[in-house]
Amino acid sequence: MDAWSRFLDTFFKWELIQRYFPAILDGMAVTIEIAAAVVITGILLGLVLAIVRTFRILPISALIVIFVDMFRALPPLVLVLLVYFGLPNIGINLPSFAVLWIVLSCVLAAFAEEIFWAGILSIPKGQWEAARSTGIGFLNTLAYIVLPQAVRLTVAPITNRTLAITKNTALGMVIGVSEILSQATTGQSFAGNATPLTMGAIAYVILFIPVVVLGRWLETRFRWRRA
Amino acid sequence: MNDDRPPILEVRGLRKSFGHLEVLRGIDLAVLPQELVFIIGPSGSGKSTLLRCCNRLEEPTGGSIRIDGVDLMARSTDINAMRRRIGMVFQSFNLYPHMSALGNVALALRKVLGRKHAEADTLARAALARVGLAEKANAYPAELSGGQQQRVAIARALALGPKIMLFDEPTSALDPELVGSVLKVMRELKAGGMTMLVVSHEMRFARDAADRVIFIDHGVIVEEGTPEQIFSNPGEARTKAFIAEIAR
Amino acid sequence: MEALLQQFFDFAIMARALPLVLTGLGQTLVLCLVVIPLGLAGGLCVALFSLARSRAVRWTAAAMIDFFRAIPPLVLLIFVYAGLPFAGIRLSPLAAVAIAFLLNNSSYYGEIYRAGIESVGRGQWDAARSTGLKPHQALIYVVLPQAIRNVLPDLISNTVEVVKLTSLASVVALPELLYSADMARSITFNTSPIVLAAAIYLVMLWPIVRLVSRLERRIAS
Repeated sequence: MDAWSRFLDTFFKWELIQRYFPAILDGMAVTIEIAAAVVITGILLGLVLAIVRTFRILPISALIVIFVDMFRALPPLVLVLLVYFGLPNIGINLPSFAVLWIVLSCVLAAFAEEIFWAGILSIPKGQWEAARSTGIGFLNTLAYIVLPQAVRLTVAPITNRTLAITKNTALGMVIGVSEILSQATTGQSFAGNATPLTMGAIAYVILFIPVVVLGRWLETRFRWRRA
Repeated sequence: MNDDRPPILEVRGLRKSFGHLEVLRGIDLAVLPQELVFIIGPSGSGKSTLLRCCNRLEEPTGGSIRIDGVDLMARSTDINAMRRRIGMVFQSFNLYPHMSALGNVALALRKVLGRKHAEADTLARAALARVGLAEKANAYPAELSGGQQQRVAIARALALGPKIMLFDEPTSALDPELVGSVLKVMRELKAGGMTMLVVSHEMRFARDAADRVIFIDHGVIVEEGTPEQIFSNPGEARTKAFIAEIAR
Repeated sequence: MEALLQQFFDFAIMARALPLVLTGLGQTLVLCLVVIPLGLAGGLCVALFSLARSRAVRWTAAAMIDFFRAIPPLVLLIFVYAGLPFAGIRLSPLAAVAIAFLLNNSSYYGEIYRAGIESVGRGQWDAARSTGLKPHQALIYVVLPQAIRNVLPDLISNTVEVVKLTSLASVVALPELLYSADMARSITFNTSPIVLAAAIYLVMLWPIVRLVSRLERRIAS
């Protein structure tokens, strides 16, 4: 067998592609479900935290900053293992996918809060003053004047950060969530062939390339002003 | 006037298109040694493009450009070496913000001419002195006024000892009270015998210092002559209209 | 509450695990010293390719960048470590991590460099070239210093990500910080060693995370 056929046989063996296709599809479904859940709860939580921070109640703001800093500084895998191994021993038994979802949501929330906060801060004070001086209340100013402008600036960085964090669903493999990588590595050890791994990689690329391209397009459309 | 010596800059049939937009439609131009040629024209006429073709910052689509007899477009021409002989001054100065005035002027001396550090510094200081900014050698662009920055930019181009200097609207980005300091330097250069090609709106300067004025519109030379001819008694209708417009 | 403290903050167990964990930290630092310079250098190359004159080169670079940004780093790592042996390429955990991270990080650093280079106005390039500087000289002395200054917060924050990424090496049994802590956990049946590792990560990265936040806010205003 020449080099090309050996390459194909190692990474693209047709029988294996057919055999493991359903498993990889199942994995994709799990990945998509968890990723979608993470995106929704993560961004919402991040937005809520940023809004709470605008009230400028010092002790609460400090707590938010601590939470945000911790989840930005710690590697997601460390958090996942902490929660996965630690909670059962104090009586809280969560299924693996729940652990993954909670950890990744908190991580996304932390990054999202910082991005939203920077966006809110970049709205000139004059906007607040103009609105408040016409009698519009604090929350309404936030809702109708400040946030709409701030969110526009944050679309690109939020998309890119969301992409980076949802890719961490692959960590589910380490704690037994049957997402793509898990299916792929199981298949690879059963079949003794790298084809299931290739399939897994391609599955991820199919899922995430649209988001990458979207992020790239958004960056050019809404330039997040740097320097 | 050195009419018997060959021109320093010789442009023949210069054409330049950006995609479908033809900006220069056949320009013929010669600048003799020590001449100051002044180019005027409405915006979009191609004046800046013409200048930028002369040191190949823009690639001409057709025609030829010769500096000191050397064909700029020839494959064998080392454009980086040729650019030493052509000094360029930009409307927006384009000083390097992360270097001092001295650093700005000395960079090319060190990297292009290969001068040693101390030698480059001495030459750079001399160039800064020529534009009256010797004491600002260690200042950074952000600390200098617009007029000072432009003079440093002139020094940066001068330091390499060019045969001809190209000025692309050198005072258009300056506050009115700073324009004079730059024009003074340009007058001194002229008096010292530098060959200059200037695109600008400074009519009084043209009247005083220019040897020839060229009016360009829509990518062609409409008229050329002495400052008196062009400003007081233009032949072409378009020239008349333009002069009337800017005299207002 | 008592159970919480005992499970996560057992200081006696942390003390016992400390030597192992510190050895792991050493490995992590070695890993960082390998992976970060590789990524910074690789990223610069990628950025230059993505700004090349030739459209073919630009599009190839963009495709590669997008591919490596779409693939989770863990998948890439497992592919390199467990998949390549099937093609006869057997790599040590360190080599596998280095290669996988090089591919992943170059893409992210590359995008940052590219944004930085594009943020330096065309006029700077024109001025440099018009004094006769060659393209690589203009790049090194005029454009890059300004580009890097403009995107320094992004470069730093991406480097923080890279340090966090090294924890993935534990999955391929490289004895870095998390791996060592996890091993201590499995020996002691107690999660405190991982809390210890988390604390070490915090000490390393929290100050930088704070710094980056402040830098980002200053630039956005």
